[in-house]
Order: sequence, then structure tokens, then C-alpha cells
Amino acid sequence: MNEVTNDGSFAPVVAGSALGAGAPASVTPKNLAHRSNEPNESVAALRQQFGAAVRRVDVVWGETTVVIDPARVHDAIQWLHDDPSQRYDYLSDVTAVEFRDLEQPLEVVWHLRSLPFRRFIRVKSLIERGAPLEVPSVWDIYKGADWLERECYDMFGIKFVGHPDLRRLLMWEQYSEGFPLRKDFPLRGRFSRSEQLRQALAANPEARYSKDELTIADAFEDLPADMRRRLSTGERTGE
Amino acid sequence: MGLSPRPDPRLVETTSNEPWITTKLDAFVNWGRKNSLWPMPFGTACCAIEFMATAASKYDLARFGMERQAFSPRQADLLICAGRVPFKLAPVLRRIWQQMPQPKWCISMGACASTGGMFDNYAVVQGIDSIIPVDVYVPGCPPRPEGLLYGIMMLQKKVANERSSDKSLRNEMEPDPETQLYIPPSVIDEVSEPFGNSIHQTRSGL
Repeated sequence: MNEVTNDGSFAPVVAGSALGAGAPASVTPKNLAHRSNEPNESVAALRQQFGAAVRRVDVVWGETTVVIDPARVHDAIQWLHDDPSQRYDYLSDVTAVEFRDLEQPLEVVWHLRSLPFRRFIRVKSLIERGAPLEVPSVWDIYKGADWLERECYDMFGIKFVGHPDLRRLLMWEQYSEGFPLRKDFPLRGRFSRSEQLRQALAANPEARYSKDELTIADAFEDLPADMRRRLSTGERTGE
Repeated sequence: MGLSPRPDPRLVETTSNEPWITTKLDAFVNWGRKNSLWPMPFGTACCAIEFMATAASKYDLARFGMERQAFSPRQADLLICAGRVPFKLAPVLRRIWQQMPQPKWCISMGACASTGGMFDNYAVVQGIDSIIPVDVYVPGCPPRPEGLLYGIMMLQKKVANERSSDKSLRNEMEPDPETQLYIPPSVIDEVSEPFGNSIHQTRSGL
């Protein structure tokens, strides 16, 4: 993994490099207690920085989870990424959890990892029932959040505000049955099998790409004429 | 087909002493076709791993005349669909089948390709026979290489028994332009009814 330095050259990121020369070797922790472990070193600093916006801290099997107010979660992640004492430089996952319990809020989860400090932290934000399904996008901090957030939007319908191109990722773009991982979504989908098949077969397998998606916009001129025409009229998959 | 004794020179005028073979044209053509199938693997899941095992040296598809695997549908005459097919892939599979030249056959390998298998959910086609015509279904999850070989040999028997006078064999079925379906929607809904536990899984609990 590399990091762009100020003069534009690449410098390798060495895992554990910020811990100093005397740091013990990294080992997989064993015999962890369920609940009684110490939280991650970042938590105290995070509490100091964001105060009451840090709603709750859980440590389960040695992994730290902080629940942060949705209004401040973007700032918190930005701070975790930028602060020289944290340096969470790797976003490994963005996902969400919905519970069957109607009272329980929906959770959006970010998994952050600090390679230089060998730390892991799980950031959660709760969306209360009835509130709009919106959280800030972290795409401006981690470019890798692009597809992670698109997948999360595809499966849960959560809007990541600030994402440059929030479209479905796994299901096709015209998919109209809803968001498959929501608890009110029936396992077999909402439509009949023949209707699902009819809609799927109506898709044009050659119109998979949108013009925005081809950031190889330079290569656009090299595409065959018919494909260029299709893309410029905005044709997408399906009906 | 068989070696006939040298014909009576009084009945057939021969210009050389080469031996003769007389046979039915169908038998000859089918013998050639069944022993030189060019399979195109359409592998989407674990069945494809078993297909690779079948093609590799221990089970060796080449013994059945499938030495040459085609990775372009335009140069294949046997489509082996190995694995589950999600709805998003359905138009792709249909297009691949349409790109194959006649004569062509299809083997649906494994439970998922044949029926949707355990993936009785919103994303998976419940049997590829609702998209393309299938000649042989191979059961198993995944089938062992012996199972696939047995299916292939069944297909070879089928090929051997084809008659060139039967034009219906090579008729391309056109899907209904309205629905894009080969078979009526009511039939598709009927054959893909939930079964077993999935009846209960359909309820969302909310």
C-alpha cells in the first residue's frame, strides 16, 4: 500500500511503522474476554474531540465499536483519517444492519483500519425509525468507499449524501422490487417469477455501461459509432 | 453402419480395388457430430470446478471427442451451463445461446442451473430452461465428474438418434416478443412455485 507524499511521489506505508522501533511484534490475540477488554486507544481521543457526539462505546471480543451521532460521523471519520495520532488510512467496509425489532434503529457501519498504528475501529451511526435513510458519504475521504456505498445503497436503500454516482451496483439499474436486504423484503422478491424473468430478459446485455461510468472518457471517441450513439442518448440496461 | 463385403463388380462398376463402406447418411453424420462435440463451459459457480475436473487428465473429456473446448459461443455446439444463473445474467445467457450456430445442444449441470437449487430467492433464475432449451439435466450439488460424463454420454446417445428428416430439431424457438419468454408466464410461475422450507421463508415477519 502506498501513500502520496506532498511532492507527489509514492512512499510505502509500513504496517506498524508509527508504533516505533521498540513495539512488540504483532500477534493474533488469543483467549479474549467477551466484554471486559480495554477499548481501542483512539476512543479516549475521540471522546475528547467529539464529546457527546460519541453516544456509546462497546468492546466485544477485543474489537471496539463507537456509536457516533449521524450529524458528526463524517467529521469523526475525517478526523480519524487525518489526525497524525490516529491515521486510519484504510476503509475496509461500509455496510448496514437492520433488526427485526421495529423499535430498534437501523445501523450504518464503517470498518476503519489504521495500518501505521495497527488499530481497528468500527464506527456506527444509528438511523432512527421514521427518519430519512440518509448518512454522509465518506467518498471524499476514502475513494474506495465508492462501490461499498453503492452496494449498501443497492441492498438497503440508504442514501449516502455526497456520493458522486449513487446507483445500484449488484442489482441492475432498473430493478424495481425494492432493497433486498431490508427486513420487509420477501426472500423471493415482490414480483412473480415470470415477471422477474420478463424484466431481466428485457435488459440489453450490451448496454451495461453509462457514459459517466466510463471515466475513460478519452476512450469514448474510440468506441464504435453505435455504442457511442447509445451512450450519448443515455441508454442504460433494461426497459 | 458397417463394412460391407466388396460389391459384386457385375452390379457396381468400380474403378479401383479400394474397400467400400455403405451406411445411412444420418448414422454417418450423427456419428461424426456426437464424437466431435465442442463444448462451451458457462461456469458461474462450484459446478464449474467439477467441470474443470472432468476436463482435466483424470476424467478426460477428450476421450469423448471433446478435446477442443470452445470459449467463444460462435465456435461451439454444446453449451454446458455449470452453476447458478442470477437474473442479471439471464439476458447474457440467452444472448450466448443465440450466438451459437446450429446444430447446438445444451446441458444444464447441477441443481442450481436445473432448478435454482437451494437459491430459491429474489436473485436467481429458477432453472435455465426458462431462458434456453435444455437437452440433458445433470443432477447433483455439484455433480461428480462421473455424473457429468454420464450426462454427456446420454447427450451423445441423443445426438446419435437424431434424424435429419426431422426439421423440428433445428427449429429455433422465438420467444414471445411481448414477454421475451419461451413458455407462457403461467407455466413459469407454476414450475417455480416455492417448495419445502421456502414457503415459510417467503414471509418477511413484518
